Amino acid sequence: MSRRRHSDDSDGQPHKRRRTSEPSEIEERLESLICRVGEKSNSSLESNLEGLAGVLEADLPNYKSKILRILCTVARLLPEKLTVYTTLVGLLNARNYNFGGEFVEAMIRQLKECLKVNMYNEAVHLVRFLSDLVNCHVIAAPSMVAMFENFVSVTQEEDVPQVRCDWYMFAFLSSLPWVGKELYEKKDAEMDRLLSQTESYLKRRQKIHVPMLQVWTADKPHPQEEYLDCLWSQIQKLKKDRWQERHILRPYLAFDSVLCEALQHNLPPFTPPPHTEDSVYPMPRVIFRMFDYTDDPEGPVMPGSHSVERFVIEENLHCIIKSHWKERKTCAAQLLSYPGNNKIPLNYHIVEVIFAELFQLPSPPHIEVMYTTLLIELCKLQPGSLPQVLAQATEMLYMRLDTMNTTCVDRFINWFSHHLSNFQFRWSWEDWSDCLTQDLEKPKPKFVREVLEKCMRLSYHQRIIDIVPASFSVLSPANPVCIYKYGDESNRSLPGYTVALCLTIAIKNKASNDEIFSILKDVPNPNQDDDDGEGFTFNPLKIEVFVQTLLHLAAKSFSHSFSALAKFHEVFKTLAESDEGKLHVLRVVYEVWKNHPQMIAVLVDKMIRTQIVDCAAVANWIFSSELAHDFTRFYIWEILHSTIRKMNKHVLKIHKELEETKARLARQHKRRDSDDDDDDDDRSTDREDGPLEEQIERLQEKVESAQSEQKNLFLVIFQRFIMLLTEHLVRCETGGIDVFTPWYKSCIERLQQIFLQHHQIIQQYMVTLENLLFTAELDHHILAVFQQFCALQA
Amino acid sequence: GAMSSGGTLSILRSDSYVELSQYRDQHFRGTRYDQERLLRKSCTLYVGNLSFYTTEEQIHELFGKSGDIKKVIMGLDKVKKTACGFCFVEYYARGDAENAMRYINGTRLDDRIIRTDWDAGFKEGRQYGRGRSGGQVRDEYRQDYDAGRGGYGKTVQ
Repeated sequence: MSRRRHSDDSDGQPHKRRRTSEPSEIEERLESLICRVGEKSNSSLESNLEGLAGVLEADLPNYKSKILRILCTVARLLPEKLTVYTTLVGLLNARNYNFGGEFVEAMIRQLKECLKVNMYNEAVHLVRFLSDLVNCHVIAAPSMVAMFENFVSVTQEEDVPQVRCDWYMFAFLSSLPWVGKELYEKKDAEMDRLLSQTESYLKRRQKIHVPMLQVWTADKPHPQEEYLDCLWSQIQKLKKDRWQERHILRPYLAFDSVLCEALQHNLPPFTPPPHTEDSVYPMPRVIFRMFDYTDDPEGPVMPGSHSVERFVIEENLHCIIKSHWKERKTCAAQLLSYPGNNKIPLNYHIVEVIFAELFQLPSPPHIEVMYTTLLIELCKLQPGSLPQVLAQATEMLYMRLDTMNTTCVDRFINWFSHHLSNFQFRWSWEDWSDCLTQDLEKPKPKFVREVLEKCMRLSYHQRIIDIVPASFSVLSPANPVCIYKYGDESNRSLPGYTVALCLTIAIKNKASNDEIFSILKDVPNPNQDDDDGEGFTFNPLKIEVFVQTLLHLAAKSFSHSFSALAKFHEVFKTLAESDEGKLHVLRVVYEVWKNHPQMIAVLVDKMIRTQIVDCAAVANWIFSSELAHDFTRFYIWEILHSTIRKMNKHVLKIHKELEETKARLARQHKRRDSDDDDDDDDRSTDREDGPLEEQIERLQEKVESAQSEQKNLFLVIFQRFIMLLTEHLVRCETGGIDVFTPWYKSCIERLQQIFLQHHQIIQQYMVTLENLLFTAELDHHILAVFQQFCALQA
Repeated sequence: GAMSSGGTLSILRSDSYVELSQYRDQHFRGTRYDQERLLRKSCTLYVGNLSFYTTEEQIHELFGKSGDIKKVIMGLDKVKKTACGFCFVEYYARGDAENAMRYINGTRLDDRIIRTDWDAGFKEGRQYGRGRSGGQVRDEYRQDYDAGRGGYGKTVQ
């Protein structure tokens, strides 16, 4: 008899390796089986599902909780494969009634938890999954209707944000494409009542927020509908079609004979958790549409905008992107293998869904550059068809620039220029010659100018001159060279010219900060009369001479300029000590580098990070009259938003430091409490706490000061916008001219952009904004922006 | 017990573009383990297959699309002190470097497919090519003609 060398417990030596790896190996295997069901198989999906149901049924005695967990997670995170997994659950329920019941209970628990932690998008998937389980005979239709009745009754709650009611309405309506038919067949009276309650809610809800979220301000060729309105139209049409829905793949239909033998479960009565202060509901959306069936006349017909098929396709494509955003090749492959490929113009749907995300307001769901790279991967996989659709889309977007939201135009510019840089900048620019005859401030020529500037940044000036027709030279970017006012002998009469020469020689000879100071001492102050008598004066000429000369000497590259800023940091700090000093430094930077906006942006960034200037100075500079000429240029807003982001990150960083230090103190207390219960020496414990408590106090002050600076930054920005816009409005009114100039459209949308891009932070200031800045006396054009913003989370 | 809303699936955790490559710097001072530890938390990327004419400005523009750049260090020929086709890009935040690995790696700059990889961190001296002629090793031995990288490889020349 052979002695078993690797027995379990009998020799008292448990074999750790096998013990601890086994459960997770099994879990991985189960997860893989479930997640990949139907993939890479020669058999049909149905037979794969049948096989898997058999395997899982056999595993239930030992691995029930793991299987439950995996299925719940899949329901929450793989909504694009919803019907595959509801079928699987249906088959399991048919074989094991108790398991079906436990699964339903687990789903309800998961739903409640999602709602508690504000995971509303995932909660919708769970609700949809539950509703499709009605089709699989797992859940009894009447109990599903009852749940929906509770959802719809949320619209009767008082004093709750509209976005809360919206969510419950959306969860109900968006499940109907899957289960409307079944529910209507079983409970038509109740469903009619629910639908009529829906209709009256949708009629009375406010839609002030809609203009702020629309990509285009025009309704032609495709209206930009509020998402609930669009969904309601789609459901109404579905009802009119007697709930016949043909797009969704329903594997459970093949198992009807098995499934209808199964016993169904009743959903427990579901009370929507109450609204709390911590509840954060999803923001409303506007549905982006750019294509219809006329855009692909030779291919399969694109489902209409109010068809439920359109809704389902778009939902599924968005879900695929959400699942695979980190893996661009997988994402592209998954999108292109969406079922129904030959019945729908899939390339058009994909391009539309991607642009919908790219242009989404307030922000795209994912980082912008992802969409550029995803589109390139799609072009690689479908080189014969997708590039043409993309070109068609680009053309359409160009045609509609006049009414496109400025923020969306920014994204279009970034996407198009980056895309072109991957395809040798090949484009039929002549097709866009119409823009050459327009005023340069109009959206189309403006767009082309900004695109060419961005293209230049990714290549070089001569390349851009070469790729566009000669007629486009008026839109070509300036050669990004530096402008040095003391450069030429002919400028020798300029004040400060000799000092500039002196400085140049000194810096080339590796002068120190002190030597620079002594050279600058001789510079006269044109503001001599404005001396505030405190001894310190702001001397614009000193700043001018120093900054012009230094930047000119360091003009070769970004690195050269950064080194210069670092080396002479002391001089900068001293010259820019006052607010006027900071502003003037920025002005001089602009004068030197106005042909090279990219350089201006990186210099401003560096100066903020090294505290030569502060964020408020940058904001004031952007709104200053010297920059009025460039006010609508894209780079200005990139600088402003980058500045705001730096401020926000700074606040978060200090806050995090504070929380970490507090946690350290708490841990220290805990250690002490557990260590010496008998030690009553209070003095020693105080001494230990001392440095940490001091640190916390200091950090607390730092946080408050940073938050105050942050608030001040936003107030400055809003104030300047109000001043600028009011000026324009008054001028137009008294002059009897139309308010709506290209400048005005750009400016008001830039104001909107501040609200949208930083909405979470700005929510903290609502009271101040309402009482101080956006008061009732304000022109209604400006006030409307504020009101739309308030309506977003109302 | 209640289902954890934070759980995920391994197929959704896949993040292959962010994984470490097989390359390890032979000149690294420290163990393999040290190097890998640094690579896993690095905010610095090595960027390769650049044209000799690609500028810091172009690199800044492209890599700025995944986040704020702390520093760009151009790779230089050890002898000529001119650009020799690689650089380092350092971000303030790891997440921004990860997005560069996901979305900028394998796309074009100056019409060339560029390649990014994790770097353990810039140290003085690492900005120089390690090829015998002063450029990168790969330009010593390659047989093809590459107009953006000095023409033929050095041994061919």
